[in-house]
Amino acid sequence: MSEEKSDLIDVQIDGEWHKFPKGTRMIEACKEAGVEVPHYCYHPKLTSPGNCRMCLVEMGMPPRPRPGDDPAEPDEDGHLPIGWMPRPVIACANTIAPNMGIRTTGPLTEECRRGVMEFLLANHPLDCPICDQAGECSLQEFSVEHGKGESRFREQKVKKPKNVDIGPRIRLDDERCIMCSRCIRFTDEIADDPVLGFTDRGSHTTLAVHPGHELANNYSLNTVDICPVGALTSNDFRFQMRVWFMKEVNTIDPNCGTGCNIVVHSRQDEIYRITPRENNDVNSAWIPDSHRLNYHWINSELRLTDPLIKDGKSHRQTSWEDAIELSASKLSGLKGSEIAIVASARMTNEELFMVRRLATHLDAGYVDIVPRMEKSDGYLISADRNPNTTGAKLILGLEDPGSKLGKIKDAIIKDEVKALLVLQENLIDDADFAAEDFSSLEFLLTSYPMANPTAEAADVVLPGACWAEKSGTMLNVTGRLQRLNQAIDGPGQTMQSWEIIRDLIQNTGGGNGIYSTQDLFNLLTSEIPDFVGVTWDQIGDLGMQLVDTGETIPLLEKERQRIAKGLIVG
Amino acid sequence: MSKVIYTSGKEPHARESRVVFKNVDREGWDPSIARYMSEGGYDQLKKAMKMEPQAITDEVKKGGLRGRGGAGFPAGVKWGFIPPNNEKPVYLICNADESEPGTFKDRYIIHQDPHQLIEGMAISSFAVGAKLAYIYIREEFPEGAAILEKAISEAHEKGFLGKDVLGSGFDLEIYVHRGAGAYICGEETGLIESLEGKRPYPRIKPPYFPAAMGLYLCPTIVNNVETLCHVKHILEVGGEEWAKTGTPNNTGTRILCVSGDVVKPGYFEVQVGHVTMGELINDMCGGLKDGRKLKAVIPGGSSAKVLRAGEKFTVGRGDDAKEIDMLDIPMDFDTLAACGSMAGSGGVIVIDDSRSISWVLNNINAFYAHESCGQCTPCREGSLWMKKITDRVVAGKASPADIDTLDSVARNIDGRTICAFGEACAWPTESFIDKFREELVGDTDASNSEKILNPESLAAAANLS
Amino acid sequence: MSIAIPADLEKEIDKRITHYPVSKRSAVLPVLHALQHHFGFIDEDAVEWTAAKLELEPIKVLEVVTFYPGFRQSAPGKYHIRVCRTLSCAMAGSYELMESICEKADIDRSGVTHHDPIAVSKDGKFSIEFAECLASCGTGPVCLVQDDFHEAVKDVDGLLAQYK
Repeated sequence: MSEEKSDLIDVQIDGEWHKFPKGTRMIEACKEAGVEVPHYCYHPKLTSPGNCRMCLVEMGMPPRPRPGDDPAEPDEDGHLPIGWMPRPVIACANTIAPNMGIRTTGPLTEECRRGVMEFLLANHPLDCPICDQAGECSLQEFSVEHGKGESRFREQKVKKPKNVDIGPRIRLDDERCIMCSRCIRFTDEIADDPVLGFTDRGSHTTLAVHPGHELANNYSLNTVDICPVGALTSNDFRFQMRVWFMKEVNTIDPNCGTGCNIVVHSRQDEIYRITPRENNDVNSAWIPDSHRLNYHWINSELRLTDPLIKDGKSHRQTSWEDAIELSASKLSGLKGSEIAIVASARMTNEELFMVRRLATHLDAGYVDIVPRMEKSDGYLISADRNPNTTGAKLILGLEDPGSKLGKIKDAIIKDEVKALLVLQENLIDDADFAAEDFSSLEFLLTSYPMANPTAEAADVVLPGACWAEKSGTMLNVTGRLQRLNQAIDGPGQTMQSWEIIRDLIQNTGGGNGIYSTQDLFNLLTSEIPDFVGVTWDQIGDLGMQLVDTGETIPLLEKERQRIAKGLIVG
Repeated sequence: MSKVIYTSGKEPHARESRVVFKNVDREGWDPSIARYMSEGGYDQLKKAMKMEPQAITDEVKKGGLRGRGGAGFPAGVKWGFIPPNNEKPVYLICNADESEPGTFKDRYIIHQDPHQLIEGMAISSFAVGAKLAYIYIREEFPEGAAILEKAISEAHEKGFLGKDVLGSGFDLEIYVHRGAGAYICGEETGLIESLEGKRPYPRIKPPYFPAAMGLYLCPTIVNNVETLCHVKHILEVGGEEWAKTGTPNNTGTRILCVSGDVVKPGYFEVQVGHVTMGELINDMCGGLKDGRKLKAVIPGGSSAKVLRAGEKFTVGRGDDAKEIDMLDIPMDFDTLAACGSMAGSGGVIVIDDSRSISWVLNNINAFYAHESCGQCTPCREGSLWMKKITDRVVAGKASPADIDTLDSVARNIDGRTICAFGEACAWPTESFIDKFREELVGDTDASNSEKILNPESLAAAANLS
Repeated sequence: MSIAIPADLEKEIDKRITHYPVSKRSAVLPVLHALQHHFGFIDEDAVEWTAAKLELEPIKVLEVVTFYPGFRQSAPGKYHIRVCRTLSCAMAGSYELMESICEKADIDRSGVTHHDPIAVSKDGKFSIEFAECLASCGTGPVCLVQDDFHEAVKDVDGLLAQYK
């Protein structure tokens, strides 16, 4: 019995003994043992109502000896024989106990699953051919594995509202809803916006928002992700693309310093949707709608697709070679102190490393970034709307990002600065610059994904790749190093910033042997103190804590409290 | 003490032992506190206030009082489940939701003898340490709710409730909380959710055992009206003495409510196990109506498994084992369980040979389909499905295969839901098919098996063939 | 919101709310009962008013209103009748009782559906619906007219005549 004192408990799953920490839910123990228990209502981030009954399994414990009987003999491994309970139990909400047995196969469990599947499908419409969930529908998946293949339901199905407009971004088909209540629990427990509920009762139970109210909070689209069926669909994605045609790339969200982990779903270099990816040190399993939906510009007409040079009052298309050569010649005649560089905290660490090289190479008088400080939303949106301020500070040695922008402006007006390189920023819209501030410059270069007023004033305009079109690493507000992975190729002649900067360095007499972001990563991790020794694999899909900034992510703090209370698995 | 005389025509049967129903339909009795106190009312509360709370629980345990709501769980044991080191507030809830079809005892107690309940609740609250208690009364008893509120205010005036009850230092408030027409609120965790102002979805157990995590996640004891009334009487005579009534493990009296096809339906308070089914129906209820024969009995509220007339059961163990007829079943918890049914809430529904089994089952299925809360998949979808199948059986639109489907639907609900409603809605179908399959199949027609019944079935057939 | 709550009704409601010192939300049913008692049914304004009173999202009140058949969402007649439909009463003739009341009170139940269970007489005097078990199975068929309970109802004319 000494085992009981340790925190690990012996549990038998489908005949094999395993050890799990005390307090583990049965369903999580099974998962760890490599056994998927099908479920609909259970979600580790939400409370467990135990209502769908799909996760019923057979459970047993060593029987207590009757008074007077000798206790049963343990087997050679010290395990007591298991007395199996005649009634199945839900694996989602029950925790393991010492010497518990769980059977996820066998007649009882299988019969339960078949029964529940049949019930779920009894009143479910057969509109899979036009349902957006098709291909990623838990009902379809489990039906194939655990269903009957034919319906015995000969009755009229229950009629419910279809195509209900429940908010600006979401539509509801109540006939598809299986009443798992995940969306209700999400809005109650995570989004603090309890606008969803069930009306009526029994088989007529209907998911609803109150008349005149709507599901409009900035986390609403997460309900679409966790809906196991096609009841909640995103207006943005509805009818756009079949899920099986899309390429999925794991990357991170660039819209703020949190760096929510995401999956970009694209087809032929067009993004169709973005979904959150679970990372318990960053974004739990969620993402704000405002971030998720901020991708349409990427495939829009507003993109810059070719290098441009000023020709009189307008710009004309040119080749990369000409654009870079022209830039190099303009820069070559200037002293370092006459050159200022405004880079971007939207750049990857690798790109910032190149900025640092460029600044050193040109001996630039000023280097800064454009800060984007607003208010945190108290959940996942960081006050810092730049994704990589932490990286910019470390790599460019900035103590107070943005503090030099005013000086740069003054220096331009005083003619002390004659060339300004604006890399991946738009100073007129996003910083305190006006077009006339640039009038005394001898040379203005910008790179940016989209046409913008700063580019309008520039002598050389370079089409820069956006976040989805490049790879690298970023450091979030807490100091976590995460990978940004290229999801699509940029349009036209767009180039990534590191390539642009490399070419500028080369054409101004500098040399280097950088041919890939991997080369860059290797340089970064050998030259920049905080990064030294880090390997690409070490960062992995979920990132690694590189430095500790002392910043926290409010939503995670709340989640940790719920885990501590035992309300959720987490 | 004045002699007890009952309203003409409402006199107790000779086999009755009136304890809880002593004052029901009694001449010269009224629900006022003055009348109640004129015959020793609240004396037991006074006695209780001088006892240790644990001593009261011990008496209830000694009495072996089993819950009268349906499950028959020992009340004293339930009280003992409050965690010993508890520091949270404790709540007592009287379950007056009386919603199991066939059961109709609470109205009489509440309308005619409300102080008996309040005294029982006050004693029980003191025993479990509850300073706040609620009476969850079904919405369909509007008059009962008003009577209880009046009685509570009378008890307040006399110092039996409120701050410092009878100078004991113990504070107690009792409030009446009206339901709104939901069978599921009779389920204790559903009731608690309802009392919290939410949809009455029963909670999963574990972890939400009410005695540890009940109302507002605090220890909560939920007892039936009749159970709480008995607490007063146990205190009066002592647990040991009280346990001498009834039969061992099935102690005390209980109220049987008989309805359906008998000459004289009504309530009967008898010592548990002292009356058999046959005696109840034939002697106490005057038997069946002229020219009719017994067909079936539902012995413990409509969710209890039906017993067929003439059905034989083996009861007792080992050398004591014997075969008895359905009419010889003593009306106690254990024997009815041994016969595959249950004493449940004490609601006995008698069905004679003029009734169609399909019609009876369909009526029951309609009830449970209407009352399913809809939380768990099997019950939500299965209860309505069963109702729809029996709709067709009654309408002559079912095939014999539908009876098999019906049976399998019930068995796919039974044992697979959060609360006992799953069993409550499945057992009637399971047992009626078990015992009356021939008659049910007789109401079907094989030619119906190929018929397309609605446009959706047509679509389904096209898609799935 | 267009609902006008008389002062004494609000006072009664406020008193009811004090019965739930731990959580105001617990007062949802009593508040709704008080409103239905006064207005005859619970409309959307009543839901919004209750939600504001108890500091809840309106949907959390609507969830409750629609769960319980005891809350009506459409206007009943002057006198609302609920006939017990469940087994013992059905065996004692509650379906026949329903038919008889409908015939004598001139109520057409043909439009009754799951979502709209109440039928109102042409003159608006009576409304009717089936209710599940009213817990007086020994004296069926039974019905409730407003808050009055009637057992073993045989004389429908006599029953209706009590309500002017």
